[in-house]
Amino acid sequence: MSMPPPVAQDDAQDDTRDEARNEARDANTSAPPAAYRTSVLDSQRALAGSPAAWVNQLRREALEQAHVLSLPTRQDEDWRFTDLSALYRLAFKAASAPAAVVAQAIDPYRIAEAPQRLVFIDGVYAPELSEGPSGEGLTVCSLAQVIAEPSHRLHETVRAHLGTLAPASGGAFAAINTAYLHHGAVLHVARNQAQLTPSHLLFITTREGLASYPRVLVIAEGGSQCHVVEDHVSLHQGAACVNAVTEVHIETNAQVRHARIQRDSRSSFHIARCAVSVARDARYESVSIDLGARLSRLDLSVRQEAPGVHIALDGLALVGNGQLADTHSFIDHAAANGASRQLHKTILSGASHAVFNGRILVRPGAQHTDSAQQSRNLLTSGRARVDAKPQLEIHADDVKCAHGATVGQIDQGELFYLLSRGIAPEAARNLLTYGFAADIINRLGVASLAQRLRQQVLEQTDRAGSPS
Amino acid sequence: MKDPQAMPVLEVRGLRATVGDGVEILKGVDLLVKAGEVHAIMGPNGSGKSTLSKVLAGHPDYTVTAGEVIFRDRELLAMPAEERARAGLFLGFQYPVEIPGVANSQFMRLAYNSVQTARGGEELDPLEFDDLVRERMKYLEMDPAFLERSVNEGFSGGEKKRNEILQMALLDPTVALLDETDSGLDIDALRIVAGGINRLRREDNAVVLVTHYQRLLNYVIPDYVHVFDDGHIVRTGDKFLALELEERGYDWITAPAAANSAQAQAR
Ligand SMILES: Nc1ncnc2c1ncn2[C@@H]1O[C@H](COP(=O)(O)OP(=O)(O)OP(=O)(O)O)[C@@H](O)[C@H]1O
Ligand SMILES: [Mg+2]
Repeated sequence: MSMPPPVAQDDAQDDTRDEARNEARDANTSAPPAAYRTSVLDSQRALAGSPAAWVNQLRREALEQAHVLSLPTRQDEDWRFTDLSALYRLAFKAASAPAAVVAQAIDPYRIAEAPQRLVFIDGVYAPELSEGPSGEGLTVCSLAQVIAEPSHRLHETVRAHLGTLAPASGGAFAAINTAYLHHGAVLHVARNQAQLTPSHLLFITTREGLASYPRVLVIAEGGSQCHVVEDHVSLHQGAACVNAVTEVHIETNAQVRHARIQRDSRSSFHIARCAVSVARDARYESVSIDLGARLSRLDLSVRQEAPGVHIALDGLALVGNGQLADTHSFIDHAAANGASRQLHKTILSGASHAVFNGRILVRPGAQHTDSAQQSRNLLTSGRARVDAKPQLEIHADDVKCAHGATVGQIDQGELFYLLSRGIAPEAARNLLTYGFAADIINRLGVASLAQRLRQQVLEQTDRAGSPS
Repeated sequence: MKDPQAMPVLEVRGLRATVGDGVEILKGVDLLVKAGEVHAIMGPNGSGKSTLSKVLAGHPDYTVTAGEVIFRDRELLAMPAEERARAGLFLGFQYPVEIPGVANSQFMRLAYNSVQTARGGEELDPLEFDDLVRERMKYLEMDPAFLERSVNEGFSGGEKKRNEILQMALLDPTVALLDETDSGLDIDALRIVAGGINRLRREDNAVVLVTHYQRLLNYVIPDYVHVFDDGHIVRTGDKFLALELEERGYDWITAPAAANSAQAQAR
């Protein structure tokens, strides 16, 4: 069945600050999500049955959910600031066969420090571009392969974990992703094994009009350590749609570092859910960086399952004219003695929009929780808009929770310091904007990737800083 | 090093400045600094010493309401902050600012090249600059690891002050205003920093030290010691004045000044 080509009908709106007008316009022009649902699920029927019955079962249930769960609109509290109607006006189909991508095309994205790399082209696993032996106790492999081989060492483990943290019932997009369940990455690190070099999961979109459904499952067994880099890139300028689901299981005393880089094309839509479960005395550290996409949304939820957990979430969204980046994070302290630290930064230029909703729940009994959250937003344009909302829900009495949000321009004290050293005002502003971003990028712990992202930020902020 | 023939490099006349909603902090400052001289400014907390140095450096929080400042034959107050620095004015901050995400070396090279370009000198590429900065760091006994760290972020109080002197050494100012550069330094660091300052002294430049303690002045011997109180200089003497202040405190000087201003208010 052939799909109409996607057409963007709606250019960057620069009246985003005028709420009332927005509401009025939405009421008139909101695309009916139903049509989108029909078209986006259409290519699901073309999906070949999985060799594993349990996968077919998961898909079937997910498809049902995808039909019944409502696609979010601005009427939903969680999507109040993020208008998906532009997405709903487009039609995307899943790639049926992988596009041919020459090895040189991915050269700019190679990470020298990462011995393992799995590459996915428009959502389809590309073994010829992937490399790296699975190391001592570490398995980085194709999900489709594990599913296809019932005798695979990880088959039962994957079966037991897949879809448990981010179930299809959790939302329409997760349901759609699961209905297409096939390709993906599995990263498994065995008990007490430490694999500190990063494993690179590279998801590439090659052309407009395609939807891809990246899927990542990370399992860190007790006492193990690993570092995963989930990297979403585009080789085109058109509108693609990435709907990604990542699940991270961190067992007792294990440690996972997770970098998530989103640098899709500026016309694309990127909707991602990442769900993490952290067991006793375990640690999760993530750095999420959003540079691309016309509209990106990350739902990051981290649940502390048992006492003594450490969670660190760092985020950076750099948005320019016509871009919207939305991060909804949820830290669930469901047990005692947990520590969480979160720093989310956004940099806005042109007519852009950033949304941050940082929910922290301290459940009854989660005594001695120590939680600190900071949202810092840097506006370099009068046409940009930030909606930043910390959301603390504390149901235990002996806890330490601090949070704060700042929205503003470049710090005058920092600016004066640079000027007092002879640096020109424009160069000083650019350097401070760059530093604001680099502060997060430097936490990636992957030097070559950080270097490249800093360079990209430098180019983007130079452009943002110069009068246009 | 008093030399009657020396050129004035900084001349402050009747400088008054306010902050925020018009509170006057500088109430008529007069100060003449000639090439080759060392001046020390001492005075009680809150008397306006840092405000004076920040006003001279062009800080936007303050509004000059009266007076003029001639810096190397130019009208300083008409120049934007970055131009003052390029023209050779340096402020060593009492509280150096932390800038997360910007590497110290990156910041200093940009500053160095900005100033060099303005003075008609050569810009340095990262490698050339690295050689230069490492050489300067040696005199200050600073670990090169400080180059890669974010500007002042997580530096101890003393490390920040050394980093200020490093910037001074790179920017080669004609007049350096060092605001409490000695505060928070341990005994060895004080000696090293003082050595750094002395090393940079020449016949054609000058140093103004804002300090609370005589200690630094044992190493960097001042030609003049000024006592600052209530927004202006209330007494000027030689290095022995600093010793006397150390012994007697400020009361014997500032009390009459306070009485004077009370009288002025009564009128
Ligand atoms: N930006 C500002 N906003 C409000 N008040 C200010 C500001 N800057 C200075 N002041 C006030 O002006 C007065 C002089 O401050 P200043 O920092 O110049 O004193 P100082 O002589 O350097 O003191 P110290 O010896 O403690 O460093 C103080 O009362 C201070 O609170
Ligand atoms: Mg002071």
